Amino acid sequence: MSVLVYAENWEGKFRKSTFEVVSYASQLAKSINSEVHAITFGNILEEELIKIGDYGAVKVYNYNKINKSNNQAIAKIFTEYQNFSVFIFSNSFASRSITPILSIKIGSSYVSNVVSLLDFNNKTVRKQSFSSKAFELVKINTEKVILSISSNAFGLIENKVNCNIELLDTELIGNLNIESQEKSRGKISLSEADIIVSAGRGMKGPENWHLIESLASEIGAATACSKPVSDSGWRPHSEHVGQTGKAVSPNLYIAIGISGAIQHLAGVNSSKVMVVINTDPDAPFFKAADYGIIGDAFEVVPKLIEAIKNFKN
Amino acid sequence: MNILVCISSVPDTTSKINFKNNNQEFDDNGVQFVINPYDEFGLTKSVMLKQELGAKVTVLSVGGPTFEPILRKALAIGADEAVRINMKPLDSFVVANEVSNYIKDNEFDLIICGRESIDYNGGAVPGMVSELLSMPFVNACIGLAVEGSKVILLREIDGGKETVSVNFPAIIAGQKGLVEESELLIPNMRGIMQSRSKPLSVLEPSNQEIRTNSLSFSLPDKKQDCTMIDKNNVEDLVNLLHNEAKVI
Ligand SMILES: Cc1cc2nc3c(=O)[nH]c(=O)nc-3n(C[C@H](O)[C@H](O)[C@H](O)COP(=O)(O)OP(=O)(O)OC[C@H]3O[C@@H](n4cnc5c(N)ncnc54)[C@H](O)[C@@H]3O)c2cc1C
Repeated sequence: MSVLVYAENWEGKFRKSTFEVVSYASQLAKSINSEVHAITFGNILEEELIKIGDYGAVKVYNYNKINKSNNQAIAKIFTEYQNFSVFIFSNSFASRSITPILSIKIGSSYVSNVVSLLDFNNKTVRKQSFSSKAFELVKINTEKVILSISSNAFGLIENKVNCNIELLDTELIGNLNIESQEKSRGKISLSEADIIVSAGRGMKGPENWHLIESLASEIGAATACSKPVSDSGWRPHSEHVGQTGKAVSPNLYIAIGISGAIQHLAGVNSSKVMVVINTDPDAPFFKAADYGIIGDAFEVVPKLIEAIKNFKN
Repeated sequence: MNILVCISSVPDTTSKINFKNNNQEFDDNGVQFVINPYDEFGLTKSVMLKQELGAKVTVLSVGGPTFEPILRKALAIGADEAVRINMKPLDSFVVANEVSNYIKDNEFDLIICGRESIDYNGGAVPGMVSELLSMPFVNACIGLAVEGSKVILLREIDGGKETVSVNFPAIIAGQKGLVEESELLIPNMRGIMQSRSKPLSVLEPSNQEIRTNSLSFSLPDKKQDCTMIDKNNVEDLVNLLHNEAKVI
C-alpha cells in the first residue's frame, strides 16, 4: 500500500504546489506506516531532484526523455507502478489531463478537488463541490485510488529524508503533437500564488490596471479579475476567477472594485483571508470578507501601496 | 463531419446550495437548471463548425427526464439531434462508460465536452472516455480549428498556452475561449420552432458499475463579521494583515 506522487516541474524546477502534494502524500503514507515515491518528467538537475526528500519522499523516478505535455504517455508510465495503491496529483491542468486516463488504465477511483486526508479505515475523502459552495464526502469502492489535491488546502510540511534518485530514459511519444508553447513569463501563476490582487469593473478601464499591478508587485501577488473584466478584453481570460473561471484559494485575496456576485464568490471564498475595497457600503462582498475598506480604489490603492512600502522598511 | 457534444444539466449559477435527506442529496426545490456553462462554449463552437464546414451535431446527456429541457434548448440553438441516456449520473465513471458505449455504436469524428461541471466539479468524464475509446484527449481548450483530418487546439496550461494537434477521432474538454462569451448562441424563435421536430431519443443504460459514492454534503462554516478599516488609515489594514491574520 505505498503512495506514489506526481512531482510536477516547470522547466526543471519544482514549485510550492509540488512540495504541497508531496507533503500530503507523506502524511498519508505515515498514517499507514508506508513510504512515498515520486515521479517526474523532463531534464532536472540532481540538486533540484533531492529537494523532494525535504518533504518526505524516499525515492524519485526521473524520466528525462518524456515530454510532460503528453498526458496519455505519462498515464502509461504510471501503469508500470502497479504495486502502488494510492496516486497523488495536484489540481493543475497538467495533472487533471492525466488522472482520468490513468484511472481507466488501472481500474481505480478518481477524486478531484480533495481537501482532506484519505481515511483508510472508512475509505472516504472530502472534496470541494458545487464550485466550492459545499463539501462532499466521497466513498471509494475500489482498491486503488487517484486523488487530485486542492491547492493550498494543506500547505507544506517539512520532513527531511534521504531521497534516492533513479534516472530512466524510456521514450514514449503519445498521441498529441505539441506544436508550440507560449508562457506568461515572470508572472506568479494564480494557482501558485499565496496572495492574489483581483479587480473588477470598479477599475473603470484597462488603462487603470497599473494600480493593480503595482500593488501586486509590491506585495508579491498574482493578479486576477472578475468575469466582465475579462469578457470586455480588459484582462486576459486566464485571469478570470469565479465559478466559471479559475477557482483559487490563496492565503490572502484582495478584491478591488468587485461587487461580490455569488458566481464570483464561488471561486474565491476558500481563500484564507479576504480583503475588500469598494465605494459601495452595501456591496455583497463585505458580507463574505474578513477586512473591508469603504472607499474609492483610485484613492485607497495608492495609499495601500505606500503603506506596504513603509511596512517592508 | 460528425460532432458529438456532451452536455450536463446543472443548477443555475445564482442558486443557493442546500441539501436534503440528512445532507445526502442536493435539494433541487426551487432551483433552475441550465446547460453547464463550460459546455455552452463547445455547443456554440459545434454549431459554428456546422455552418462553416457542414457538420452534423448530436448532443448527448446522461441523466433523468429532468435533463430534457437543456437538450431541447441545445436543439433550438442549432444541434441536429439529441440523445438522453436515462440514468442518474451517480459518478464520473458510470457516465464515461455510457458516453463511450454510445460513441462506439455511432461514429463521431470529434467529441466536445466541458472542462468540468459546476455541480460536482469532477472534471473526469472526457479523459475517461478518451481512454475507454483509445482516442487522444486535450483538456482546457481555448481555441479549436479543423484542418483536413486534424484538429488544431489551443489549450490552457499552467502558466501559459500550448498549441497541439491531434488526428480524428478525438475528444476535447472546452472552456471560455473556444468561443467568446459574446459569441454564445441563444435560441431564437425559428430555432425553437424547428427544435420541436428534431429527434430526441431516450436510450436505456447498459452498465451501472460505480466506483465512488457520494455519502454526504456539508456547507462551509459561516464567516466572522467583516472588520472595517477607515480609508484614511490604510496602515491599520497592513498591521492587521501582519499581526492578526498573519498573511503578510
Ligand atoms: C452563468 C454566469 C456565470 C458567471 N461566472 C462568473 C465568474 O466566474 N466570475 C465572476 O467574477 N463573475 C461571474 N459572473 C458574473 C457575476 O454575476 C457578476 O456580474 C460579476 O462578478 C460582476 O463583476 P464586477 O464585480 O467586476 O462588476 P460590478 O458588479 O459592476 O461591480 C463593480 C463594483 O465596483 C464598485 N466600484 C465602482 N467604482 C469603484 C471605485 N472607484 N472604487 C472602488 N469600488 C468601485 C461598485 O460599487 C461595484 O460593487 C457570472 C454570471 C453568470 C450569469
